[in-house]
This record gives sequence, structure tokens and C-alpha cells, in this order.
Amino acid sequence: MNIYVLLKRTFDTEEKIAVNGGAIADDGAEYIINPYDEYAVEEAINLRDAHGGEVTVVTIGEEDAEKQLRTALAMGADKAVLINTEDDLEEGDQFTTVKILEAFFEGKEADIILAGNVAIDEASGQVGPRLAERLDIACVTTITKIEVDGTTVNIERDVEGDVEKVETSLPLLVTCQQGLNEPRYPSLPGIMKAKKKPLEELEIDDLDLEEDDVEAKTTTMEIFLPPAKEAGKVLEGEVDDQVKELVSLLKTEAKVL
Amino acid sequence: MSKKVLVIGESREGSLRNVTFEAIAAANLVSDGGEVVGVLCGDGDLKGMAQEMVYYGAARVITVSNPELKTYTSDGYAQAVQQVIDDESPEGIIMGHTAIGKDLTPKLASRLESGLISDATEVVVEGGDIVFTRPIYSGKAFEKKKITDGLIFATIRPNNIPSLNRDDSLTGAVSEKEVQISNIRTIIKEVLKKSSDGVDLSEAKVIVAGGRGVKSAEGFEPLEKLAEALGGTVGASRGACDAGYCDYSLQIGQTGKVVTPDLYIACGISGAIQHLAGMSNSKVIVAVNKDPEANIFNVADYGIVGDLFDVIPKLTEEIKQMKVNA
Ligand SMILES: Cc1cc2nc3c(=O)[nH]c(=O)nc-3n(C[C@H](O)[C@H](O)[C@H](O)COP(=O)(O)OP(=O)(O)OC[C@H]3O[C@@H](n4cnc5c(N)ncnc54)[C@H](O)[C@@H]3O)c2cc1C
Ligand SMILES: Cc1cc2nc3c(=O)[nH]c(=O)nc-3n(C[C@H](O)[C@H](O)[C@H](O)COP(=O)(O)OP(=O)(O)OC[C@H]3O[C@@H](n4cnc5c(N)ncnc54)[C@H](O)[C@@H]3O)c2cc1C
Repeated sequence: MNIYVLLKRTFDTEEKIAVNGGAIADDGAEYIINPYDEYAVEEAINLRDAHGGEVTVVTIGEEDAEKQLRTALAMGADKAVLINTEDDLEEGDQFTTVKILEAFFEGKEADIILAGNVAIDEASGQVGPRLAERLDIACVTTITKIEVDGTTVNIERDVEGDVEKVETSLPLLVTCQQGLNEPRYPSLPGIMKAKKKPLEELEIDDLDLEEDDVEAKTTTMEIFLPPAKEAGKVLEGEVDDQVKELVSLLKTEAKVL
Repeated sequence: MSKKVLVIGESREGSLRNVTFEAIAAANLVSDGGEVVGVLCGDGDLKGMAQEMVYYGAARVITVSNPELKTYTSDGYAQAVQQVIDDESPEGIIMGHTAIGKDLTPKLASRLESGLISDATEVVVEGGDIVFTRPIYSGKAFEKKKITDGLIFATIRPNNIPSLNRDDSLTGAVSEKEVQISNIRTIIKEVLKKSSDGVDLSEAKVIVAGGRGVKSAEGFEPLEKLAEALGGTVGASRGACDAGYCDYSLQIGQTGKVVTPDLYIACGISGAIQHLAGMSNSKVIVAVNKDPEANIFNVADYGIVGDLFDVIPKLTEEIKQMKVNA
């Protein structure tokens, strides 16, 4: 199988967020593979091990994203591609990202593309389904189980807590939801091997794209932090009194009962 | 500039979801005196629901009934809505940021080569621009975004934009549209209902959430009773899900659901940053934890330091008592 994973480099979930000069401050921030994309990498490796083929991990980003790609290679992916937009593009949105991915996938004959359900930073959840539409392949979002048998694919997906069982066929794009698997940690031999695995770097020029083709359709006007919460009230006394006071506060002060 | 704005309605078990009414209110703003047109897809008689959309502010509603639309599939719904869009040439489209909204709208935006602003919590008109506020970094920050080119297309997060008041003196045409649907590439074999009460976490007004402090699957029972007394639903931390006390579908946080209920009661949850990301924008937060140093108290409006197995049943009784007295 010709398997692809879409991977985004994101802030570590432990990071506190600060705004500096109208943008998210990123100095000293730790980065990770978007957690949902880790599920995608893990599942891709399992599919390859079961059905043969090759796993290619693709990122659009800047030079720094090489680290996350190497991690995916160390987990067991075979090849990585970094589409580096650093020198060519200033602004971009989901339209931009998908235009670039669409051009990348032209002629690739992917059997399955695994993406994350959502990126934990910008969090639109658009990239997977948008790309599937451009490539005119079926798309199943928020999957928690997948079995491939020939070209038939059986999937379980999470729909707001319910489990939907879906049958579809390759070629296919899926977006991965928590519960799909437990991503492995890269092993030491894996890390050694990853250093020698191919990591191709492309620019939009290589994909026959120009700046105008990928111009964003949206723009960010302002970034701000939520208002700091005032310290709350810790209730005193015996449990019975605390409970009575709480109900009374919820009723009269907070007005939520 | 006044616009024609479509609202893609959504129902669950035969009635419209609240977020549909909220979407009408958002569309009303976006339309700026133009026309808000409801769209409802399904199978069978959709007139009753279409009428509800009118009462909540839609100028007219287009219903699309077809056996292929009995259950949601991305291919089926995308084709149906696309045909309505072709007829209507709207300048805006608004839908709820629900499982269906998240699945359908990127597909449509991609077909239309348009921008899409997902998961907006506020819509305002600012100097002629329609500006959407949306959480980023799981609610650790917010951004204001606008569409720079073409269709104003957005999904709105449930529970954030107030709907207009229902007014059953409002009138509006309900028309039927026939559509052709072919080549649905996904077949829904079965749906296993896990959410017991039909209230989705993202739309719940009250959430009682349990963490590792709940200690077992049985430990969730007092929380369920409290949720029931409050007309709410139960959620969980990843700690509780990882420990196998409950299903992952209940997980709230950075890699779970992001929720904004009126009341969030955190029981035996320490308040890890990833958990806070999913719930700290709730309107009122109550924390019950036996550790006075627990981080959850830093975001709680009201805190009780104590054993949840003692506090929660007493709280449930007190709430029930209050309801009896009311
Ligand atoms: C040239 C360019 C400039 C940009 N400039 C900015 C900027 O100034 N400010 C800003 O906030 N954002 C910028 N972006 C990022 C953009 O706004 C979105 O973050 C990006 O389109 C992904 O959307 P999302 O984060 O909502 O991902 P989602 O749609 O939530 O992601 C879902 C899944 O799609 C896949 N995916 C998402 N992004 C990528 C990626 N980059 N590479 C590979 N797979 C991916 C992953 O599998 C992910 O799990 C830029 C993007 C580009 C291409
Ligand atoms: C990439 C990543 C993503 C993550 N995403 C999420 C996410 O989406 N959501 C999420 O929740 N977490 C997430 N986490 C995990 C998070 O870091 C914490 O581990 C988790 O939230 C802890 O769950 P907890 O508060 O239930 O457990 P603990 O931290 O173990 O806290 C249990 C609490 O219960 C209290 N307690 C114990 N017994 C009682 C009692 N009888 N009465 C009252 N209080 C009691 C204790 O004092 C303690 O504060 C993520 C982590 C990572 C690395």
C-alpha cells in the first residue's frame, strides 16, 4: 500500500500561551508532532506492517519541522517530505495548505492518506476533508478503528460519543481520533535508522505553484488571551454547610440553577 | 452590504439542535438586513422543523428530502447542499461546529474554493467587516478572523452565540427542493449509541466531570446522579479515561472535547493544563477536590476541599431539595 501521513508540528500541550506583538510568542517553546497526527503515524505503520508498502510523512512548514519528521521516521515511517514555504510565502490559511497538498499529491496514487482530526493550535479541522475533496477520494473523519481487506475498508468512527460503523473503499483519506491506537515511542535503533532515511525537501516552485495560486482566503486581525479569571471562592465549614452555601451561591450569585 | 446567507440546519432524533437556532442568529448578523435562508436535509417530512427555523428568524426555508439523506454521509449531504447553493448563490453560509458541521463544511468550502472560519464563538460587524472570534490553542488564546475573498463561510461553536427569541407569529415560505444524489462512497453499517441521554457534551448546559479521583467506573455513579438532578451530562478527564473508568468519548480537554457549559463541576480532577484547555471557558466552574493545592482551584469560581464521595451525594440531595421547594 502507498500510505501517506499528513503531519503538523505544533506547540507542546504543556506550553502556556503568551501574546507578543500581536502574535503567539514562540521563543523557547517546545514543539511536538500534533497529537492526533501521532495516531496517524502509528496507524500508518501498522497498516504497512500488515499489508506491505511504504509510509511517507508529509509536512508543510519551515526548516524546524525536520525534527518532528525525523521522530516519525524513528517511529517507523519510511520516507519524509518537508514542503518548505519559509522563503516563498508570508501568509497562509487552510486554503493555502490544501492547495499545496493537492499539488503535492498529483500523480502520487496514494491508497490511503491519514491526517489528524484537528491540529491543536489553529484547530480548524479543515485540512483532511478539504484535501479529500480536491483529490476526489472518499473521506472518513474521526476514526477510532480501521481494517483494510483488499480495497474494502471497514471503519469505526466517533460521532459525538456514538460509534458509527462505516464501510468504504480505497483510495481513501481518514482523520484520526483519540482511541485509534497507542502511538509508540521511537526506539533507540529506530532513532539511529531514522537518520539515514530519506527526507526530501520541496518548495512550492517544485510543485509548479506560484504565490498567487495559494493566496489565503482569510486573515487574522488580532490575537488575544482570554481575560484572566478572578480567584474563586473556596468554601469553608462542614461539608453540609459548604454544600448548602454552594447551592445558594449557584442560585443567587452565579444564577446558573 | 446586505447579503443572502444560508443556514444549514441540523436535527437530532427528530428535532432541531439548538445550534441551528444560534446559527440563524449569527447569519442574521452576517446578512446585515439581507435574507437568511434555512436549508434542511433529510428523509421524509421536514416541514415541522422548517417551520421552527422560521420562528427562530429564517426568512424562508428550503427542505431537501431524499432517501439517500436519511442518515448523514459526507458525499450525500455535500451533493444536496451543493445543489441548493447552485440555485441560491448565497453570499454567506453558517452552520454549527458539530460532528456533521466539521465533516461537511470543509468539503463544501473546498468545492467552492472558498475560505472557511471554523468554530467561531462570536460574530460582530466591525467597520463593514464581518469579524469572527475563535479559540486557538484549545482556548488558551483567541483570534479574530475575517474572510478576505468571496463567500462568508463559518461554523459556530454550540452554546456561545445566543439564538433569537422564538416567535411563532413569524411567517416564511417553506419550499421543497429535489436533488440528484449519486456515488455515495461510504456506507453506514450501524450506529452504536453510547451517549446515554442524547445530550452532546458540546451542547450541554451543565457538565459534571470526573477524574482519576473518582477511582473506578462505579465511582461515576454519584456524578451521574448529580448530573441527572441538574439536567446535565457527565464528562471526564483523560486521567479517568486512561484508567478505564469511562469511555474516551467523554474526555474533555486539549485532545478531547472543548466545552463551554453554563456550569462545570469538576470532581477529583487535578486541573492539568490540557484539561483546563477544554473547559476553562465554561461560564461557572465548581471544583471538588481533596487536595487544597490542586490546580483546578485556580480556575474554579467556587471550590470545595473535600472527598467527592462525601460532597457529591450531599450536593445532589441539596439540589433535589431545592427543586422540590421551588
Ligand atoms: C504558507 C503558509 C503560511 C501560514 N501562515 C500562518 C500564519 O501566519 N499564522 C497562522 O496562524 N497560521 C499560518 N499558517 C497555517 C494555517 O493557518 C493553518 O494552521 C494550516 O492551514 C492548518 O490548519 P489547521 O491548523 O486548522 O489544521 P487542521 O485542519 O485542524 O489540521 C488537521 C490535520 O491536517 C493536517 N495538517 C494540518 N496542517 C498541516 C501542515 N502544515 N502540514 C501537513 N499536514 C497538516 C494534519 O494531519 C492535521 O492533524 C500558514 C500556512 C501556510 C501554508
Ligand atoms: C498530549 C497530551 C494531551 C492530553 N490531553 C488531555 C485532555 O484532552 N484532557 C485531559 O483531561 N487530560 C489530558 N492530558 C492529560 C493531563 O496531562 C493529565 O494527566 C490528566 O488531565 C489528569 O487527569 P486527572 O486530573 O483526572 O488525574 P490526576 O492528575 O491524577 O488528578 C486526580 C485528582 O483527584 C483528586 N482526588 C483523589 N481522590 C479524591 C477524592 N476522593 N475526592 C476528591 N478529590 C480526589 C486528587 O487530589 C487529584 O487532584 C493530556 C496529556 C498529554 C501529554
